[in-house]
Amino acid sequence: MKDKNKRVKFIIGCVLTGLVFIMMLSGIFYTPFDPMEMDPSTKLMGPTLSHIFGCDNFGRDIFSRVMVGVRETMLVAGSVVIIGTLVGTIVGTITGYYGGWLDEIIMRLNDAVLAFPSVLLALLIIGLLGGGRNPLILALGIAFVPSFARIVRGEVLRIRNLDFIQCVKLYGASDLRIIFVHILPNLKTVLLSSVLIGFNNAVLAEAGMSYLGMGVQPPNPSLGRMLSEAQAYIFSNPLNAIFPGIVIVMMILGFSLMAGGLEK
Amino acid sequence: MKYILKKISTLIVTLLIVSALVFFAFSFIPGNPAITKLGTQATPEAIENLMHEMGLDRPVVTRYFEWIGGILHGDFGISYSYNQSVTSLLKEKIVITMLLSVMAIILTVLISFPLGIYAARKSDSKLDVIITSVNQFIMSVPSFFSGIIITLIFGVALKVFSPGGFVSYKQSFIRCIGYLFFPSISIALPKIAMVVKLLRDTALKEADKDYVRTAYSRGNRTRAVFYKHVLKNACIPVITFLGMAFADIIAGSLIVEQVFSVPGLGRILLTSISGRDYPVVEAIILLLSVFVVVSNLIVDLLYKKFDPRIHV
Repeated sequence: MKDKNKRVKFIIGCVLTGLVFIMMLSGIFYTPFDPMEMDPSTKLMGPTLSHIFGCDNFGRDIFSRVMVGVRETMLVAGSVVIIGTLVGTIVGTITGYYGGWLDEIIMRLNDAVLAFPSVLLALLIIGLLGGGRNPLILALGIAFVPSFARIVRGEVLRIRNLDFIQCVKLYGASDLRIIFVHILPNLKTVLLSSVLIGFNNAVLAEAGMSYLGMGVQPPNPSLGRMLSEAQAYIFSNPLNAIFPGIVIVMMILGFSLMAGGLEK
Repeated sequence: MKYILKKISTLIVTLLIVSALVFFAFSFIPGNPAITKLGTQATPEAIENLMHEMGLDRPVVTRYFEWIGGILHGDFGISYSYNQSVTSLLKEKIVITMLLSVMAIILTVLISFPLGIYAARKSDSKLDVIITSVNQFIMSVPSFFSGIIITLIFGVALKVFSPGGFVSYKQSFIRCIGYLFFPSISIALPKIAMVVKLLRDTALKEADKDYVRTAYSRGNRTRAVFYKHVLKNACIPVITFLGMAFADIIAGSLIVEQVFSVPGLGRILLTSISGRDYPVVEAIILLLSVFVVVSNLIVDLLYKKFDPRIHV
């Protein structure tokens, strides 16, 4: 019963994520309309057969913009998770393996940053660097490092004390060999689920930041910004805000179902 | 008592570090606030005068200590773009954001506990399956999107409240709370889902432990075992989570304030970031970190109360 539940979860998650990916990938080669082209005649038009999601306040096709916007969101979220995982793994491995005062200092700092909400930290960094896509990636990347570092450190600490590491040490293996050959490969399972969860949080954070106007700059489409633009016309065109929002939900739900299905 | 003192001293050190980081970071970024204010056409003398007036010609370290000294007297400096003291600028907005965050956390606790307890007690019933699936869905809806949906349903369709018609607590406290109810629901929704899941899962895990069997063998009823033993232990991780969630809720309210056009700290933080009004940004970041740090302290203290085994 339990296993079957997990399988169902995983499959639904794959389907949702797959749909978003298909939309994103086909958006690279083909969009029904030019996502940047403004057309006064279709301004604030509801969904029709040719414009299935309708058109926004500049008459741009929302479906085309969603296809391109998903790519932006994925790009930002992906880069953020890569930065977080890489730096987090390096920091976590060093502090977890060597311990000592360096570990003490870095982990104190880590906990302080971890207690700070990532959106607030990202806003602070953007206040320093200015808005836009690349500063946003950097800002969120920094904000995401501590959680990965903490997870990796805990796992390294656990593995380091296992018998087989002691055994390899007796054979005279160097620290580097132990870390790269014996410890890092064992982090796979832990990292996989935290990457999936981290990706979700990154999608949420990206959408939130671009909703606030701190992410991808106009006229480039991004899901968060489309929501905030559509909000001004919520009385006359409520559906404009619904479609980009549903795509965000599909992305997050898909990934969290997949992560839930993989859990042991 | 010693525990509390130790916690409070680390709290003060943390806040000093945060304040130094924020202040120096904003002092070292390129750009002269005096030039920004006067425009590039200004004469060098005018710029120098203004820099002197704003205190920018003195060393950074001196300015930092003056800033800290001022804060201890409730003076956060003068805003660059509004030409008034940051304290008077933020006073009303802090109260609004705090009201919103506190309402959200109260709603979270009030709604999630009964639901979580129900789901744990009736696990494997039909309703539990429904609660778990709905939970999974709600956790995936970002609060600004649920805010838009709430605006659509309650504001546009049912007309229970008028979107954008915020009333300050100074005019009418009750109407202010009434308006803030909707944004606080959208902030609380994902947190409610997470607490329900956490409470249900930990309660089920606890129910398998030995002390529960012992409690049954002493002749306790299911109800008594659940409320007196299981629930008490299941609460510990939930409290940790709520403590972390409070920081998130404050950050979340910055975003949701935009959705419901609530004039709290969120909007002024955004305009100050884009307008490079650093005294305001510094003050808001510092104030929010005070909230975060203090809420963490409260969690630590509660924690000790629920689990006396925890030592420093």
